[in-house]
Amino acid sequence: MNNLFVYLEIEDGIVKDVSLELLTKGRSLAKQLNCKLEAVAIGHQLENIPQQVFPYGVDVLHLADDKRFVPYTTQPHASVLIHLFKEEKPQIALLGATSVGRDLGPRVSSALFSGLTADCTSLEIGDYEDKKAGKVYKDLLYQIRPAFGGNIVATIVNPDCRPQMATVREGVMKKEIFDPKYSGEIHRLDVSKYVSDKDFVIEVIERHIEKTKIDIKSAPIIVSGGYGVGSAENFKLLYELAEVLGGEVGASRAAVDAGFAEHERQIGQTGTTVRPKLYIACGISGQIQHIAGMQESAMIIAINSDPNAPINKIADYVITGRVEEVLPKMIKYYKKNTK
Amino acid sequence: MSFNIVVLAKQVPDTRNVGKDAMKADGTVNRAALPAIFNPEDLNALEQALRIKEKVPGAVVHLLTMGPVRAAEIIRESLYRGADDGFLLSGREFAGSDTLATSYALSCAIRKLGKIDLILCGRQAIDGDTAQVGPQVAEKLGLPQITYAEEIIEINKKSITVKRRLERGVEIVRGPLPILVTVNGTAAPCRPRNAKLTLKYKHAATPSEKQESGSDYTDLYDAHPYLNITEWGANDIEHDPQWLGLSGSPTKVKKIDNIVFTAKESKRLTGSDFEIESLMKELIANHTIG
Repeated sequence: MNNLFVYLEIEDGIVKDVSLELLTKGRSLAKQLNCKLEAVAIGHQLENIPQQVFPYGVDVLHLADDKRFVPYTTQPHASVLIHLFKEEKPQIALLGATSVGRDLGPRVSSALFSGLTADCTSLEIGDYEDKKAGKVYKDLLYQIRPAFGGNIVATIVNPDCRPQMATVREGVMKKEIFDPKYSGEIHRLDVSKYVSDKDFVIEVIERHIEKTKIDIKSAPIIVSGGYGVGSAENFKLLYELAEVLGGEVGASRAAVDAGFAEHERQIGQTGTTVRPKLYIACGISGQIQHIAGMQESAMIIAINSDPNAPINKIADYVITGRVEEVLPKMIKYYKKNTK
Repeated sequence: MSFNIVVLAKQVPDTRNVGKDAMKADGTVNRAALPAIFNPEDLNALEQALRIKEKVPGAVVHLLTMGPVRAAEIIRESLYRGADDGFLLSGREFAGSDTLATSYALSCAIRKLGKIDLILCGRQAIDGDTAQVGPQVAEKLGLPQITYAEEIIEINKKSITVKRRLERGVEIVRGPLPILVTVNGTAAPCRPRNAKLTLKYKHAATPSEKQESGSDYTDLYDAHPYLNITEWGANDIEHDPQWLGLSGSPTKVKKIDNIVFTAKESKRLTGSDFEIESLMKELIANHTIG
């Protein structure tokens, strides 16, 4: 009872990275709270799931196996979680902020009347004082996320309602094996008690999972552009530099909204989180929502005409100048010195 | 036979065009400095509703929003583009609502609208980016949901077939009506205002707006009842007060931080040829590149 639960997202029998990242975070939060880490797998043919998740320190693994659970549709998965949470009364429930987690989470939180915070960039444990009610709450989950287009960072708590629910994007938390020999207990659910036929109303007619062709997440070098690049035309310089350096092109939300780059290239809280060894930020002012997605880059070079751009504060090198003048020089001197 | 479509929409501060004065000195948001706009993905949802209206005989498009008096602006905007009527849910009882309290209030208002075949809304609003209100409204009403719709492929009186845009790829799903569908920003953009409709609805107003303007156009509104935008307070919808506003919001904001980064020791360069060449040499030498 009152443990920490993680919903496992499964694609073709493989637990997704985002869920393993949540297990890693969940393991350390559970230790702080002195509670168990539990995971929920809803799918079909789940024989390989235990060996994938136990090394992350899972104490109890709930398996709901039924062939109708694949492919994912909202209500059957929601129904399992709602009923299971009513029985188990978790204090915390974490889901990936993916197209599945963001579809499922709100449905479950609404049914349980529990608070849900989307796209958290950090999760911590701490106390909360409700001064009006004169009450102090111990060991709540601090759900920390940028808000308002990334101009503020809000710490959200759910004082009275359980579970405290949060979604986190892929790549935001670290994935780390806890103990390769760790073994927990398996709890098989009698599916007929958790779902009814009425839950299976959505029919998936066709589905093709396309691997994203643009893979900024694993690129060692990212040349990223913001609204300050000025035009799609100027963005070509970024592609040129990325190509000679062997990297990928990323973009801020403002640049994507302006049509300078494809959505798949968006870096930040509502895009992809990256940790390359070199991040070259061109014409990016540095709203928190962007910073949240790239601040762990090993080295950051900021190119900006504004010497006071916020991104300069986290940059290792600040080049004050126009993108269209600086980039050609970088290309030129890179080529000159590598020949 | 009627076919009722409700579009849920929100007026939001334009967080994409945040200027220097958007934050006050104390680190709170200066809402007055941000222009209020029609939430972009709700416009995508409105377009889908208008397309269905063109196809399905007897289809009626109702716009429902919750917000302050000023939010009637987006109802007028919807009327200009082809919505049939609009409803504003407004009042201090709704203040401080998080996504769950908002969903509850909206679901009560939708119930009052009567028989609904389809609810459409944007995937998420740009001020919070939570994408929660759509699914939560569906749950409150006991309806199925389809999220991230990019295209409505087919609709008839019984079912809807939708192409969904997911992180990696697409999915085509069919669900029974009534249903709630959230529409992605990648769906077709909303048509512009129609000149005739803009003239027709220019003076459409809520009771609060009429009161604020202080002018007496009673005759105008009596003669043209379609200019009356319906405004509902908490008393107009059947509800349980504990689920509204602050008390209906399980999430509380513990604190808000203005953005302060831990500054690194940055090296400052001017962008001269000499400095750029030294930088590139340094990066090559320490194997960052090359």
